[in-house]
Amino acid sequence: MPKPLPAARLRKGGSGRGVFASAATAAEADVAVATETGAAVATETGAAGAAETYVAVATNLARRPRPGEAAIKAFLFSCASFSVLTTLGIVATLGKESWAFFREVSLVEFLTGTVWQPAIGEFGILPLASATFTTSLIAMAVALPLGLMVAIYLSEYASWKVREILKPALEVLAGIPTVVYGYFALTTVTPILRNVFGQDRVEVYNTLSAGLVMGILILPLIASMCEDALSAVPGTLREAAYAMGATKFEVTIQVVVPAAFSGLASAFILGLSRAVGETMIVALAAGAGPKLTLNPFESAETMTGHIVRISGGDLSYDSIDYTSLFAIAMTLFLVTLVLNMLSRRIVRNHREVYE
Amino acid sequence: MNGTFNDRLEVRKNKAKYRSVAFLIATIFSVLFLVLLIASIVNQSFGYVLVEADTDPASLARNGVALEDLDAAGLVETLREGLTRKHFAALDAEAPLVSRPREELLGLIQREIIREEVQKTWLLSDSVLHKGEIFAFRDAEFPEGRIYFRSWLSIDLLKNPQSSSALDSGLRGAALGSLATILLTIALAFPLGVAAAIWLEEYARDNRINRFISLNIYNLAGVPSIIYGMLGLALFVRALEPLSSGAVFGVAGDGNASGRTILSASLTLALLVLPVIIINAQEAIRAVPQSLRQAGLALGATKWQTIWHHVLPASADRILTGTVLAMSRALGETAPLVVVGASTFLSQDPTGPFSRFTTLPIQIYQWTARPQGEFRSLAAAAILVLLILLLALNATAIIMRNRYRSRRRTGT
Repeated sequence: MPKPLPAARLRKGGSGRGVFASAATAAEADVAVATETGAAVATETGAAGAAETYVAVATNLARRPRPGEAAIKAFLFSCASFSVLTTLGIVATLGKESWAFFREVSLVEFLTGTVWQPAIGEFGILPLASATFTTSLIAMAVALPLGLMVAIYLSEYASWKVREILKPALEVLAGIPTVVYGYFALTTVTPILRNVFGQDRVEVYNTLSAGLVMGILILPLIASMCEDALSAVPGTLREAAYAMGATKFEVTIQVVVPAAFSGLASAFILGLSRAVGETMIVALAAGAGPKLTLNPFESAETMTGHIVRISGGDLSYDSIDYTSLFAIAMTLFLVTLVLNMLSRRIVRNHREVYE
Repeated sequence: MNGTFNDRLEVRKNKAKYRSVAFLIATIFSVLFLVLLIASIVNQSFGYVLVEADTDPASLARNGVALEDLDAAGLVETLREGLTRKHFAALDAEAPLVSRPREELLGLIQREIIREEVQKTWLLSDSVLHKGEIFAFRDAEFPEGRIYFRSWLSIDLLKNPQSSSALDSGLRGAALGSLATILLTIALAFPLGVAAAIWLEEYARDNRINRFISLNIYNLAGVPSIIYGMLGLALFVRALEPLSSGAVFGVAGDGNASGRTILSASLTLALLVLPVIIINAQEAIRAVPQSLRQAGLALGATKWQTIWHHVLPASADRILTGTVLAMSRALGETAPLVVVGASTFLSQDPTGPFSRFTTLPIQIYQWTARPQGEFRSLAAAAILVLLILLLALNATAIIMRNRYRSRRRTGT
């Protein structure tokens, strides 16, 4: 039995231009295929010597340098590494201005000070951090249970038809700009809260309203990530539990949710990271003026809210007001970075278990 | 044992039934939030407005002809009588009053002589349910006042430039600013993002450098948008001011923009949406079947020819869908643009990439932050405009996605 030849080979035609020739086996006469012009057609009578020339030509062709291809490749690589430059840019600018800030204010004072008043030279981040903490905590208290329950409903209970309607609705909720949520918090939720809890107890700007609306903002993110995690749990696990006589609720709560735990945890952490970095809602609804309080009825300014308020006004470069914003931004960047890495790590380390 | 199982079965079944309802309720709640959000915005965009004028329009009739029916010459006379000499001369110097069209003169009289000011605004719900009380309030508190039902969402809202009075303030500058910013952002981010995605999916070997790039892109996608604003402020507005204010190109731009330009905003937003575009494009390219590439390569096409002629066309609609989503993200961004330095008050249209800017979300933010009710209503109307734009963009993305799906199903 003759050895099969590669499907296509290149040879030199009479005109000196490359011609494609294809052959099924060596025994058959090679069937030559026309070039692009369709003019030069060459036939072959299967001589061993000719076959050797094929190989030689083909190797030459493979070695031909392609400067165009190489240039494109280099260009694509530089585009991909541009994202690294962005990160470097963020770290460099935040680092440079923060460095200028920390030459005047010690890190200990920055992290433990309980008053933030640039006018009198007090730069303690705790009042800003406490407001960020309060709003994020309220947001997570809303988004966690609701998001998980929505995800469970969509993934385990909803029919295909209901899901087709609800998922786009959640996507719409996720696509609404945050400034709109800020408007909603200030003009709708705050008046409701003031009517419910009393005009005297709830201030016009309060962290509760900002936190609640932030929870609604994060809800679609958490719901969709949780749903992905739940749907990724293999059906065999559910079937095994059903076979043991478990009800649907028991299967969901005792089998599917624990099986998807890493994905759920990762979604929660990512949601928290979003809450910490969220800006417009707190800028509009939480109030202006740093205040060290955990009372959700009082106004307080978060880290992001402070950056927006100060940078939105007239800001002179090289002042400590300016550099202090970068110190806050650096803190924010590090916190969200740690949360994001943690979220990714949880998914990566635990994903294989159920696959 | 068997008996216990059966005894508990009923309890367990009931428990399952009732507790499962909680999931449904949570879902209904979430959808209700969306409804409440939209309803509250619509509620504030329409409603009765109580205005009080400095001068009663009826008193401006000349020789028995009502103001609305006066010809241009009569209107100029009205202006001459109603305004101080200095004010009249100043207006005449801007553009000769006699040669201005009649509508513009009427508008001037509205603004400069009649000078209506909003005293109170009502929500749509109150306007419908408590109409009597509203008119009673007018009779008691502002007997001179005029009440009318106003739709804050109107053609004028889109046509008018920003103004200090809520009644004739509009979104013109903000809408043009948004449009310019978004187009420039996509022009910058789209090629860069798709190229990066091609590298990562088609060329990158699984080595340390490429893993680092991927991890980096993932992390960038999670960086809060305000951090990008700080980067833009330090880098584009401040360090690269000659570039972003146009001095490098010998373009004057706005003299007082000092780097706070459309270009700075677009560069910032481009960095912000870049990870979104890359990740979406990566998924699109990954979805192209491997056989397509093998077929191209087998026919002797080079790697780039295969990508350019086969992989990219096959993934184009998915890449574009991702890009449209990135656009809608950029359209809604507020915080980074406030930090980069959007103008707080801008009555002129943007003239180019080196002019100062304001955008729709910025405008909404500034109007919402003002305490007066009429600006809240204005903000609500602006939100409706923004949401309609976003809905249009998202609908485009969904239609494109569905077209892709149906094409794949038929296997062509």
